[in-house]
Amino acid sequence: MDEVGAIAIEIEPTVATTGNVLPLLHELHHALLRFRDDGSEHCIDVNSLPLSEQDHRQLESVLGRGEVHARLQALGDSEITETRIPGIWRVIHANADGAVVGRFLEVTACPSILKTQQPDIADGIAHLQRLIDELPGEDQ
Amino acid sequence: MKPGLTVGETLRAHGVTRRGFLKYCAAITSLMALPPSSLKAVAAALEAARRPSVIWLSFQECTGCTESLTRSADATIEELIFNAISLDYHHTLQAASGAAAEAAREQAMHENYGNYLLIVDGSIPIADAGYSTIAGISNRDMLLETAAGAAAIVSVGTCAAFGGIPAARPNPTGAVPVSELITDKPIINVPGCPPIPVVITGVLVQYLTFGLPDLDAQGRPLAFYGQSIHDRCYRRPFYDKGLFADSFDDEGAKKGWCLYKLGCRGPTTYNACATAKWNNGTSFPIESGHPCLGCSEPDFWDTGSFYHALSTPTEAIGEAAVYAAGGGLLIGAAVGAVHQRHKRKAIESHRKVSLDDIDEGAAK
Repeated sequence: MDEVGAIAIEIEPTVATTGNVLPLLHELHHALLRFRDDGSEHCIDVNSLPLSEQDHRQLESVLGRGEVHARLQALGDSEITETRIPGIWRVIHANADGAVVGRFLEVTACPSILKTQQPDIADGIAHLQRLIDELPGEDQ
Repeated sequence: MKPGLTVGETLRAHGVTRRGFLKYCAAITSLMALPPSSLKAVAAALEAARRPSVIWLSFQECTGCTESLTRSADATIEELIFNAISLDYHHTLQAASGAAAEAAREQAMHENYGNYLLIVDGSIPIADAGYSTIAGISNRDMLLETAAGAAAIVSVGTCAAFGGIPAARPNPTGAVPVSELITDKPIINVPGCPPIPVVITGVLVQYLTFGLPDLDAQGRPLAFYGQSIHDRCYRRPFYDKGLFADSFDDEGAKKGWCLYKLGCRGPTTYNACATAKWNNGTSFPIESGHPCLGCSEPDFWDTGSFYHALSTPTEAIGEAAVYAAGGGLLIGAAVGAVHQRHKRKAIESHRKVSLDDIDEGAAK
């Protein structure tokens, strides 16, 4: 293993940067200013933009990771992370096979998908009632 | 299965939570190239949509379109959406065969006359009815009979939409697309060889939520086919900068530059490959280093060699594109016009592609 490990392998990036990261960061900057001033939220569909792998890495390294990281498990995993810029969230949805099906940057105080949804609350109430009914009563 | 439940009710019955549903809606909104702000409208409309009865007819085809849809991995939302329709007839998938299968088709037609959705894959041979029959019924007769009671028709795959490979020259069976035989029903073309699975379900979702979609001149939904591969391609910025791969193994190819000079049909091909991608979102042909073949365009098989006849620029594209860095769109339009001329010429003087062509194209 050591001999194999001693071979210096340099992996060159296959695709160079497209130069599209900078305008994207400016868009986020302006969105954050608007959010601060009038509370209007903003969402960017990152998958719809022509970005190379290198661009994605550059974007990751600039935005970094902040204080909050949540994992949602619904039809596959979703990673919801606040970036190191408070108010800018990275939301990545994967399907049950782990394939990324959506990649968004949200300017908000909290991405809406993190909040408990009303239909799920209704299901939860019914579920809790069933659990209560199944418990042995006090007189038993 | 009887239509009646809404899509939302069906998904909830399958244990899909609201968050899971919203997640799917976010992905489909992105795929339809709608702004993320329209997510709420998409979710509300899809949730309330009623399950339609669907009859799926397969004619002269390779079953690749059905494979594309059903081989998407288990437990994906695409599969759940597929379950959310009432698929009353699909002779490849259904257990019944022969007279019993045809009875199921007739029953579905009778019960939902005027309201069912008809999906067709494959082209229809009209040179001789005997080229392709199902239960002794010619493809043409079955299409005409089933289309009569359909609310709309979805032509899935390039064969049903444009004739595809069966209609390639010399077209021995006289293959024609659905639109040549049916002229009094709305037809949505979903071409591709095969189409992207999530685009097939996406078109169904769009039909369920917003009704008949806006179509382009080729009858394709603008939401999925509204932009060229080129416009959504991550290699597009290299095109704008005049950076091209000149062969499959040169420095440009290794650096992931634009494959335009290697015959890429991205500029004249309208499809969602660059954003939806293939194989569970792994990549698409250009990302794997191969030019786009243009499989979602009419006559893609008859427009000359994939490697140079259509797309090898005869004009000084390289130099022009360098100067176009600030005005790529204008030059893009000019190049598009050049392409259309090449395409017409190639179709007029169709010649067979030999291995030499491919070697020659690769060596350029």
